[in-house]
Amino acid sequence: MLLNIKNLHVAINGKEILKGFNLQVNKGEIHAIMGPNGTGKSTLAAAITGREGYEITEGEIIYKGQVINDWTPDKRANEGVFLSFQYPVEIPGVSMTNFMRTALNAKRQYQGLPQMKAGEFLKLMEQKKKLVEITAKLTNRSVNEGFSGGEKKKNEIFQMAMLEPTLAILDETDSGLDIDALKVVAKGVNELKSDENAFVVITHYQRLLDYIVPDFVHVMYGGRIVKSGGKGLALELEEQGYEWVKEQFGEE
Amino acid sequence: MEDKLSQNKVLEEVTGSDYKYGFVSDIENDAAPVGLNEDTIRLISAKKEEPEWLLEFRLKAYRHWLKLEEPDWALIHHPPINYQDIIYYSAPKKKKELASLDEVDPELLDTFNKLGIPLEEQKVLAGVAVDAVIDSVSVKTTFKDTLSKHGIIFSSFSDAVKDHPNLVKKYLASVVPYTDNYFAALNSAVFSDGSFVYIPKGVRCPIELSTYFRINAANTGQFERTLIVADDDAYVSYLEGCTAPMRDENQLHAAIVEIVVMNNAEVKYSTVQNWYPGDKEGRGGIYNFVTKRAACKGVNSKVSWTQVETGSAITWKYPSCVLMGDNSVGEFYSVAVTNNHQQADTGTKMIHLGKNTKSTIISKGISAGKSNNSYRGLVRVSKKADGARNYSQCDSLLLGDKCGAHTFPYIQTANDSAIVEHEATTSKISDEQLFYCQQRGIETEKAIGLIVNGYAKEVLNKLPMEFAVEAQKLLAITLEGSVG
Repeated sequence: MLLNIKNLHVAINGKEILKGFNLQVNKGEIHAIMGPNGTGKSTLAAAITGREGYEITEGEIIYKGQVINDWTPDKRANEGVFLSFQYPVEIPGVSMTNFMRTALNAKRQYQGLPQMKAGEFLKLMEQKKKLVEITAKLTNRSVNEGFSGGEKKKNEIFQMAMLEPTLAILDETDSGLDIDALKVVAKGVNELKSDENAFVVITHYQRLLDYIVPDFVHVMYGGRIVKSGGKGLALELEEQGYEWVKEQFGEE
Repeated sequence: MEDKLSQNKVLEEVTGSDYKYGFVSDIENDAAPVGLNEDTIRLISAKKEEPEWLLEFRLKAYRHWLKLEEPDWALIHHPPINYQDIIYYSAPKKKKELASLDEVDPELLDTFNKLGIPLEEQKVLAGVAVDAVIDSVSVKTTFKDTLSKHGIIFSSFSDAVKDHPNLVKKYLASVVPYTDNYFAALNSAVFSDGSFVYIPKGVRCPIELSTYFRINAANTGQFERTLIVADDDAYVSYLEGCTAPMRDENQLHAAIVEIVVMNNAEVKYSTVQNWYPGDKEGRGGIYNFVTKRAACKGVNSKVSWTQVETGSAITWKYPSCVLMGDNSVGEFYSVAVTNNHQQADTGTKMIHLGKNTKSTIISKGISAGKSNNSYRGLVRVSKKADGARNYSQCDSLLLGDKCGAHTFPYIQTANDSAIVEHEATTSKISDEQLFYCQQRGIETEKAIGLIVNGYAKEVLNKLPMEFAVEAQKLLAITLEGSVG
């Protein structure tokens, strides 16, 4: 098993957001996590990636057989955990090329590999850029600076393609995307998908799941999963909305 | 929490040893007695076998200095300096005049090797001519012969006094008179060595010229003086670097740099200042009180100051441009980083005297720890400076919440046609930026380095290539342990 989250409780500033969250992900699987706003979907992404301020008060995150609760974010990243951010941040003055090269070489250093040669790196970038239809101009610009909403999300998938993670978490990657950009993002994910990696797709809407077809769909509410099923569950949610969830599992 | 704890430990270790130039070399010194009086000055002048006029200049400066009081307008704090506690002259002992590098004290060569400065000409691949000043004297100037073919003079100040007395006499104190300020007067009285550069008419200096300053001996002040003259249509790019050993007491560095730029000439002056900044508690470190000024005397002349200031306990310096010639251009690009207890009060003066003169000021202050970082700049447009333009941009970046950033812009215009623009911003490295980098596998320290270098990019891009790389590393090192 690649990821096993057991009875996870996470608090922000003392307020409990995740309340006994469980999830098991195997290699080769795509899991969709859906649910109304404010149920802790993004908190889950932050907890798995080790963001500061998200305190695990109970439970375990087991990744590749190891409890990673106390691992630093960069260690998790270098072990293959990737987050496609809902709101990618701008870093002025740092070119995408320089940023990506630093990230890639950090991972190689972690793995005990020598730094990648400049020529080799640029070739790899060219190859991966095509995957998400990113233009050369974008990689010469500063990280996310002046990028449109769609460009930012494509850029996240581009980075994912460069770093080839084992576990990729897509946090609301579809939000703010028009249908063309959505298709590009989905195409990228589908091409990267293999038997050796897994995806956790966090989304509010069913729409993305037409293009990234999940093996499992989980409905999250009140800080935990309240219902799991196959692809059909997503359609059900699309038809019925989240009202029945609230009725069945109680208002917060 | 084991992983996070051990990460913190690593951070602490790194911070504890971050100043890698802090070693002391065991070199025999020939030093003047402690303290300052007319005899000290006569001794320095005699040691250097100086002509009478120079001794007179020194003594006049000293007598003037006695009447002055230390300036107190800068946003810096330090205990009073006892000027009688300082050794004003210290030179690595040498047995005789050196004919070649083989005769240089091996310990001394070793010092410069540790600093990463190759003095052996055949090893200088980058093609940078180097003048190395240790404590009070210049120990070696490389590439002298290559340069002299072009008529370029690049030598230690002392040699220039001997070999080119008329040039030195003509330009010495022509930009910074000894009456200019307290530290300028002190320097004029006791200056020991430094570099002299003369680029003749129509010559573009084919290589970068560079001086490395090193304080080694204890209780010693360093008072070097640099004089650069670019004659009509000449061009030169000049670099200076500075380091000092780690010591618990503060050491004084009061230098003067004067630049004279004639018609259509251009001088680029780049500094990477990395004097010992003191320890984490604020003990020790260099007091860097420096007067740097360029006079754009000719029409269409141009001066660019680029500085990366990461060292020193206190930095007090305002590299300035006096734009006398019509259409002359002054530029000031600065990155000043302060961490722990460091204090920096730095900026520039752009004095517009000629018509259609232009100046640009880009200042990036970065403060971390408990440090204080001030930009202080003056833009003055005189009555006759029709069509003068200035653009100033002063940005401050804060790391943590115990440091300070301040901006003191002074604008004085006496000509209605002047266009003076000033922009200022203050920002912080956000947790979002840090986490974004970490999530891509980049550890905190490296992430800070990356973000700060991005922030300072506009200025770093102005540095010559070899220096830019060094400066980027230096920025990252200076800020190690500032977050986390």
